[in-house]
Amino acid sequence: MAQTEAELLDNPVEGNPTLILRSPDFHAITEVVAETVERPTPIGWWFFFIPSVALLGLLGVAVSWLFWEGIGVWGLNIPVGWAWDITNFVFWVGIGHAGTLISAILFLFRQKWRTSINRSAEAMTIFAVMCAMLFPGIHVGRVWVIYWVFPVPNQMGVWPNFRSPLLWDVFAVSVYGTVSILFWYVGLIPDLATMRDRAKTRARQAVYGFFALGWRGSVRSWNHYESAYLVLAALATPLVLSVHSVVSMDFAVSLLPGWHTTIFPPYFVAGAIFSGFAMVVTLMVICRTAFRLEHIITLRHFDYMAKIMLVTGSMVGYAYATEFFTSWYSGNPYEFFTFMNRALGPYAWAYWIMITCNVISPQIFWFKKARTNIPYLFFASIVVNIGMWFERFVIIVTSLHRDFLPSAWGYFRPTIWDISCLLGSFGLFFTMFCLFVRFLPMVATSEVKTVLPQADPHGQAGAQHERRDRRALPGRGPEPAPGSAY
Amino acid sequence: MAFASLRSLMARPPLVSQLPEGPYYGILAEFATPADLYHACEHVRDEGFTRWDAHTPFPVHGIEKAMGIRRSPLPWIVLVAGLTGAAFGFGLQWWVHASAYPLVISGKPYFSWPAFIPITFELGILFAAFGAVLGMLALNRLPMHHHPLFQSKVFERVTDDAFFISIESWDPRFDQSATRKLLESLGARSVELLES
Repeated sequence: MAQTEAELLDNPVEGNPTLILRSPDFHAITEVVAETVERPTPIGWWFFFIPSVALLGLLGVAVSWLFWEGIGVWGLNIPVGWAWDITNFVFWVGIGHAGTLISAILFLFRQKWRTSINRSAEAMTIFAVMCAMLFPGIHVGRVWVIYWVFPVPNQMGVWPNFRSPLLWDVFAVSVYGTVSILFWYVGLIPDLATMRDRAKTRARQAVYGFFALGWRGSVRSWNHYESAYLVLAALATPLVLSVHSVVSMDFAVSLLPGWHTTIFPPYFVAGAIFSGFAMVVTLMVICRTAFRLEHIITLRHFDYMAKIMLVTGSMVGYAYATEFFTSWYSGNPYEFFTFMNRALGPYAWAYWIMITCNVISPQIFWFKKARTNIPYLFFASIVVNIGMWFERFVIIVTSLHRDFLPSAWGYFRPTIWDISCLLGSFGLFFTMFCLFVRFLPMVATSEVKTVLPQADPHGQAGAQHERRDRRALPGRGPEPAPGSAY
Repeated sequence: MAFASLRSLMARPPLVSQLPEGPYYGILAEFATPADLYHACEHVRDEGFTRWDAHTPFPVHGIEKAMGIRRSPLPWIVLVAGLTGAAFGFGLQWWVHASAYPLVISGKPYFSWPAFIPITFELGILFAAFGAVLGMLALNRLPMHHHPLFQSKVFERVTDDAFFISIESWDPRFDQSATRKLLESLGARSVELLES
């Protein structure tokens, strides 16, 4: 099986790379995707769901204790005033970026391979942003007045400070979450209609039908729909680049050595895409194996994703080197001390975990054997996410723990509640993802069908499928776009 | 071009999910492949029908040209919504910092506009995205959970692998038997009359 798939990868049919293997017809695509939602809950699903819900419960306990007792239950204290809370926030918001890159940026670049993975990657984005929004929400101490971050008219006549990057962050992340949900929902409408039309029970028909909004697949509707989808992609593209740039400004706008650098916005965006693709690989390996979607999410998809990880991982490595060089070249002793302290100081262990996982481990993706080896990809994707979590930890904690005066130096150690919050956020993420694969079609079938050869009304394969011998009227209709099958 | 599409937008019937009265809704014909549907659409268009539609499980490349549909005016709605959002965001920050709650922060002037750009941008995107989604739904008259087409049993496959043309009975060129014959001659697999 794996052998055949690898062969097909190298021998694309008639010069067009085969995105979907085993040449299914339209109905077969609907069937294999809808079946994952319609069949009785598989036992294996519970093996993922129950531990996820248990971790979610842990999050509930940890957050409740935090609210009851206060921020002191965490290990952070002056000089390390931000620690795992903001590390987790930046980590999760970064994970989300790959979903938007796949759904919006690759759409604008006409990368048709995205159709197999965009739905689940967008779902991943939404759940990652939920996890991300949790941490700034709970780290403020007096959580019951968190609504003060929004410009709500109030009896005190007080308004938030719009000139602060922290407030930009509130707007960037909440707009990002909202737009991601809108984009995802618009993409879901045709597939919800599919679920409605296939529903065997009245309840399923009513629920899927309600959210399908009465979609009838009308070409007049598709015309507006495709326009909306294109516009949303064009809006989400600058948005996603702005979000992690704004997140990086939480640090870069401060005057702290190690944070106050202009390289942060592009460096953070590259790191976000790097970690996000690693998470997509982790999830897709599990999904395609568990739901037997090997012919839809193929080795070609993993090959491409590994290449993106190689590129973004190398960009991150380049940024680490540039930071170091700049700290030396600046001639600023505080700046240089911060970076030497990162690599050789008390947190050197974290720094070298970061370098090993993020810079060294993806270099094996120069080899195609590694890019198409599923067990290795799965392993590497987890390694990369460990590394990217440590990157944020290194940036935040090592810059803070050595203050300007040695008498104010400290060393951050996490408490059990720090660890519970991090593990619990994974519980939230995986609980949501389990519910997603159980109740919603995890592949965008209406998009995957468009990349099948027979979907092209002018293509050779389309002509082969014609039941009657009829010629296209001369001079009618557009030429197939060059490279349209890719 | 832009003004033409805006004019066509304004000339459309009001945004109510209401269909004209009549004994029939129209005729529904099923086609086997996207290519069959494409050619049939070209013929129906050339016959001069206006109140008709095609239905497909996925967007078929170029079929809006075979049907003679103009480009969607949606981007104009999005542009207006986006500019409104950006203006609102910028105005809110200006008003808060220069008028409602003037505070000196880091020695910056009250109206420190460069610091207002990120939130202006974000609110522009937010409004534009809502404009795109709500505008698309309004142009498509969605949500519309009841429709005569849903009476048809074969039409359930429109979201799976079937391709249809529907011609509405109040089209001036509609004639029950002639339209049925036309669709059959274009290679329809099945033709069905739908009640209103």
